[in-house]
Amino acid sequence: MMNWIRILIAAFNALRRNVLRSALTTLGIVIGVGSVIAMMEVGNGSTAAVQQTISSLGANMLMVFPGAAASGGISFGSGSTMTLTPGDAEAIFKECPSVRAVAPVVRMRTTQVVYGNRNWVPSETSGTTETIFDVRQWAVVSGAYFTARDVRNAACVCLVGQTVSQQLFGREPAVGKQIRMQNVNLRVIGVLEKKGSNMMGRDQDDTVVLPWTTAKFRISGNSSGGSGGSNTAAAASAGNHKTYPGSSTGLYPAVAATRAQNSALSVRFVNVDQIMASAASAEEIPQAMEEITNLLHERHRIRAGELDDFNIRDMTEVGNTMASVTETITRLLMAVAAISLVVGGVGIMNIMLVSVTERTKEIGLRMAVGAKAGDILRQFLAEAVVLCLFGGLMGIALGRGCSLAVQEFLGWPVQNSVTAIVVSVAVSAGVGILFGFYPAWKASRLDPIEALRYE
Amino acid sequence: MNLIELRNITKTFDLGEVKLQVLKGITLAVAHGEFIALTGASGSGKSTLMNTIGCLDRPTTGDYLLEGVEVSRQSSNARALIRNQKMGFVFQNFNLLARTSALAQVMMPLAYGERHIQRKEAQKRAEALLARVGLADRMDHTPSQLSGGQQQRVALARALVNNPPFLLADEPTGNLDSKTTVEVLEMFRQLNEKDGLTILLVTHDPKVAAACKRVVKMTDGLIESDAMNGGNAP
Ligand SMILES: Nc1ncnc2c1ncn2[C@@H]1O[C@H](COP(=O)(O)OP(=O)(O)OP(=O)(O)O)[C@@H](O)[C@H]1O
Ligand SMILES: [Mg+2]
Repeated sequence: MMNWIRILIAAFNALRRNVLRSALTTLGIVIGVGSVIAMMEVGNGSTAAVQQTISSLGANMLMVFPGAAASGGISFGSGSTMTLTPGDAEAIFKECPSVRAVAPVVRMRTTQVVYGNRNWVPSETSGTTETIFDVRQWAVVSGAYFTARDVRNAACVCLVGQTVSQQLFGREPAVGKQIRMQNVNLRVIGVLEKKGSNMMGRDQDDTVVLPWTTAKFRISGNSSGGSGGSNTAAAASAGNHKTYPGSSTGLYPAVAATRAQNSALSVRFVNVDQIMASAASAEEIPQAMEEITNLLHERHRIRAGELDDFNIRDMTEVGNTMASVTETITRLLMAVAAISLVVGGVGIMNIMLVSVTERTKEIGLRMAVGAKAGDILRQFLAEAVVLCLFGGLMGIALGRGCSLAVQEFLGWPVQNSVTAIVVSVAVSAGVGILFGFYPAWKASRLDPIEALRYE
Repeated sequence: MNLIELRNITKTFDLGEVKLQVLKGITLAVAHGEFIALTGASGSGKSTLMNTIGCLDRPTTGDYLLEGVEVSRQSSNARALIRNQKMGFVFQNFNLLARTSALAQVMMPLAYGERHIQRKEAQKRAEALLARVGLADRMDHTPSQLSGGQQQRVALARALVNNPPFLLADEPTGNLDSKTTVEVLEMFRQLNEKDGLTILLVTHDPKVAAACKRVVKMTDGLIESDAMNGGNAP
């Protein structure tokens, strides 16, 4: 060990005698290792970013949308076909063993929320059941979730995301505040933990979540489905609400009345915009999809050969596609990097061969004063390895620099990788040994007399 | 026991079609403490004999005993160690490493010894030797900053750094002028007399040969004459 350190130091000193040549020789390695590092860091960064957005959506997520999937899967059933009901959601939960949790979601059209003199339009306001928090694996940072009872009673409660909390309440605690949404007072009972932006770049924390019953029956005609003709009645009744904004005392009986009047109808005809389901595990996703499909065929009376009136999207699939794209790109770039490492290695070999020829006399002399073939071999091998290691270190610096620049100027996510650094140090030492071996071996096989006589 | 004993050494170079016999049966004994000049016409095989004695080349036939041990048929690694420990070499063209300080040159053979020598001790030994050859103030100089005589003295210090019993010098004064020749020769004489170093040197210079205690003359691959200076055969 000590011996090797000494040999490496001697090699370093030998290389120092010709700094420029050493630097140019190792350039290929610098570029090779630099690109490996940069690739790995950028690749890891985007993979991690993709994974993070996928998991922020909820684990093993399946989304059921109303309407048939358009060809190419670009547009999904528009709001015009309202075929999913809360009953479907319940049935999925009860009858599909591979589904762990289910939540129906009613999306409300952009709705302004007001607190005191502040107002804000969350990018998403959804009515759902208490199970959504389980499906999306979304914790509260303060307060509590609403309950099944709140859903049953269409309680005027809501949870807000971090962005909404920030916009309406600033630094004040959000829990317990009353906010108004289309003249309905809602009590904030919880604040959801931060999720960040989703795969499409939308801020998931810019959201208000409330019981779907509240959304449907108390806050009027704001489901995106409301645009459909079937909801005109609801829209009309919504109009009624708006005529009695007045005091909250006046609101309650009115709402209760509306609900009583609507309930028989609503339970049958209420539509939801989406059903979110969580499969029990990643492996059970295909099975869960099949179970849901079969169940909905039955419930919607769709016969074989008929077009589905719903479609199921598997979010992990989307994530996997994105991940595999990044992986392919990373692999391609790694191949480029590997080629440049080989080219760098050949450059090292070339210069080492020149160096051996140049130093034939030195080799002869060293042999004459007692160097064994192994000593000569080690000396030249050490020089090649030191060259490559130096190249590797400079490459690491270069690669880090590049990936930091990418992060700074292009805003791509970057994740520094210890593995990449360890691997590239090992690889550059390996390149040194591999391509330095032949010249070193040649040097060690010289005949001392001929080497001494060499001019 | 003789330091060196050569018994009927021959050396034949195989040049494809022709075989060139350069040494044709050399028998020679060298005792400890001798100071021998090897002379002879150019091409008579002096350098070839020196290479054989220096364990750089193997004889085609014959035995070579160094301190009573047959060495010509030992492994390359064993012979490398013999070169390192038992003998020092001085060459006509000095053979110093370019862009390397005198001190580093002298320390170089210490790296190839059997046991590792601490850097400090190695440096001390090299400094002492350089001081001994009169280069105490030139330790950091590289060969290009030294005169021919100084370079040869660095080479001499390098040859002696492992305290070998035996010094081989192929035309050590061949590239030196007459003044430095005298200097270097005086150094050899002192090493031989004071330290008991056995010296075998090749020379074309009759004055150098005259300074040695014994003169061996070669002709055409054979020893023609072998005499002590003063006329007595050994
Ligand atoms: N490696 C070799 N291959 C073929 N022939 C060789 C080889 N080495 C030496 N010879 C030949 O051996 C002969 C003796 O050479 P050597 O160098 O021993 O002579 P020398 O006595 O040292 O001469 P000089 O005084 O000129 O140095 C020469 O004819 C030379 O051509
Ligand atoms: Mg010669």
